[in-house]
Amino acid sequence: MLSALILVPFLVIIFLNLPLKGLRKLAFPTAAGLSLLQIIFAAFYPALFWDIQRDFLSTFFNFRFSFDAFSQMMLIAIGLVLFVSLFVARFTILDELKRFYFVNLLLLAFIGMNATVMMQDLFSLYLFLEVTAIASFIMISIHKDKLGLEGAFKYLLLSAFATVLMLSSIALMLLFSPSLNFAVIKAVVMGSPGSFIIKLSIGLFLCGLLIKSGLFPFHWWLPDAYSAAPSAASVFLAGIVTKTVGVYVLMRLFISFFGYVGYLQQVLMFIGALSIITGALLAMAQSDFKRMLAYSSISQVGYIILATGCATPLAFAAAAFHLFNHANFKSLLFVNAACVEKRLGTTNMQEMGGLGAKMPVTSITSIIAMLSTAGIPPFSGFWSKFLIVLALYAAGNYFYAGLALLASILTLAYLLTLQRKVFFGQLKAGLEGIREVGPGLITPQVVLALVIIFVGIFFPVVLHNFILPLQNIFIK
Amino acid sequence: MTIDYILLTILLLAVIWTVMTIRLIRAVVGLAIVSVIVSIIMFRLSSDLAAVFELSVCAGLISVIFITTISFTSRVSKERLRIRRKERLSKFWALPIIIIAAIIILSRYHPSLNIMLTHAVPEPDVRKVLWNMRHIDLMGQVIILLVGVFGVVVLFKEGRK
Repeated sequence: MLSALILVPFLVIIFLNLPLKGLRKLAFPTAAGLSLLQIIFAAFYPALFWDIQRDFLSTFFNFRFSFDAFSQMMLIAIGLVLFVSLFVARFTILDELKRFYFVNLLLLAFIGMNATVMMQDLFSLYLFLEVTAIASFIMISIHKDKLGLEGAFKYLLLSAFATVLMLSSIALMLLFSPSLNFAVIKAVVMGSPGSFIIKLSIGLFLCGLLIKSGLFPFHWWLPDAYSAAPSAASVFLAGIVTKTVGVYVLMRLFISFFGYVGYLQQVLMFIGALSIITGALLAMAQSDFKRMLAYSSISQVGYIILATGCATPLAFAAAAFHLFNHANFKSLLFVNAACVEKRLGTTNMQEMGGLGAKMPVTSITSIIAMLSTAGIPPFSGFWSKFLIVLALYAAGNYFYAGLALLASILTLAYLLTLQRKVFFGQLKAGLEGIREVGPGLITPQVVLALVIIFVGIFFPVVLHNFILPLQNIFIK
Repeated sequence: MTIDYILLTILLLAVIWTVMTIRLIRAVVGLAIVSVIVSIIMFRLSSDLAAVFELSVCAGLISVIFITTISFTSRVSKERLRIRRKERLSKFWALPIIIIAAIIILSRYHPSLNIMLTHAVPEPDVRKVLWNMRHIDLMGQVIILLVGVFGVVVLFKEGRK
């Protein structure tokens, strides 16, 4: 049934755009229903996906997808962030036609990401990365304002550069591998891991992915794109898009064949550590809500890359788990930013202060997201960071383990600054009339906060059902 | 073999000209020349279908779209043009040297990166490969087209007043 994850949203888009009256009004509930179905099936009925006997669609469509615990976790995260972004779009994009197009673009990016997390062929993977990227450019610039167009242009420019690197890498790979299937490339790479051309092609692809992930030193497009995008697009981009097209693909290729090239582990760990520190330090210097969150993203993705480079089963599982948690808490923080922006009309933190009393739900959920980001128990982020530090320590990387621990203090410092400037303290003059956002925007905040709390408190359940199977993928 | 070297040299010169020239129209012409040379190289490598696609889509269609778009822009003054050309040259003078040096060094010191063109091994019919084995790539291309349509509608269609 894996093909359904592509075909059903595709058919929904075609249906919604039929020249019939009233279909536009169906766009939001249909897309929300699709995202919920994906979460439910991926979380509770995963056998439905990998049971080939039930896959009658494969008779007609030979998509050659594969499904494992990592894909499962990503499918849940993609569904969850789409659901939340739809709510934010519903209540922040006021023009009905624009909102309709935005939902269509969200669904197209959703297809791109679903395909990406199930792909086993490098060229097809590249194709769907492009689907997601192009949909994202349009979403960022949907209002056609100067900032949005500038952000989208920077993203487009860097993404095009990443595309050139990836395509060059694919061309080089075809010189030494008869096919672009991961298993075939793996066999070739294992046969001659020291070959210059193999190292070059993998290095080029890696650079492309680092750009797409927004990691240091390829990060400069990311704060502009996140802060210039409409709120719903920021949530979607920061929550899942860059995590899927950059970080997930990097991790997937690392366990598939990148990891057999010796030098790569040290390179990834170094870049990860550098991103953690640089992202956190730059976040501290920001006065814009969304830009601070964007730099925070760079720092948090650094943790994931650092753990991936550690290359042990526990480190890989911890990295994948942090990727999932990051999708939750960063989406929640961006939804908080969207709510504040909706009420105040700005994301400049200098113009905010004391909003906690006026917007209690936004304030409380942002504290939950902040504590989870900083790795404070019992929230979900604590467990993934704890596992990362544990894995680094167990593998003998004491310096990186210490650095990851210390960087958590930096994370807490800039997020506390954010809280102090936005929600704590005395109410800023002129903000007396501000009130909490409506139930439409409260819903996504509460949903994400509950996921963070649930994953944190019921960690043994999550560990047994989702994290331990991740280790098996790495071992295999 | 000499013809391959000549083609690759023209290709390299056209690429450098495309990115170094200050006039958009000239850049587009440079790009079209690149596509034509790439098509000839593909024909020589027995990849006829790829060559036809390259020639019709890149050298033909895309060049027409570029030139149509550029025709909507306005000219800059000669003085401004002269300043920008000077700026461009002062910024990127090293680019051609770096590219040519990199190619010479890589081809000389890494025999695995041989720039000699080798003919493609006969593959199964491309149409059969696409329709029977690469369903997902076809699907991907359909979806990219759909995203493009939404892009044009969202960014270029003016709302009814």
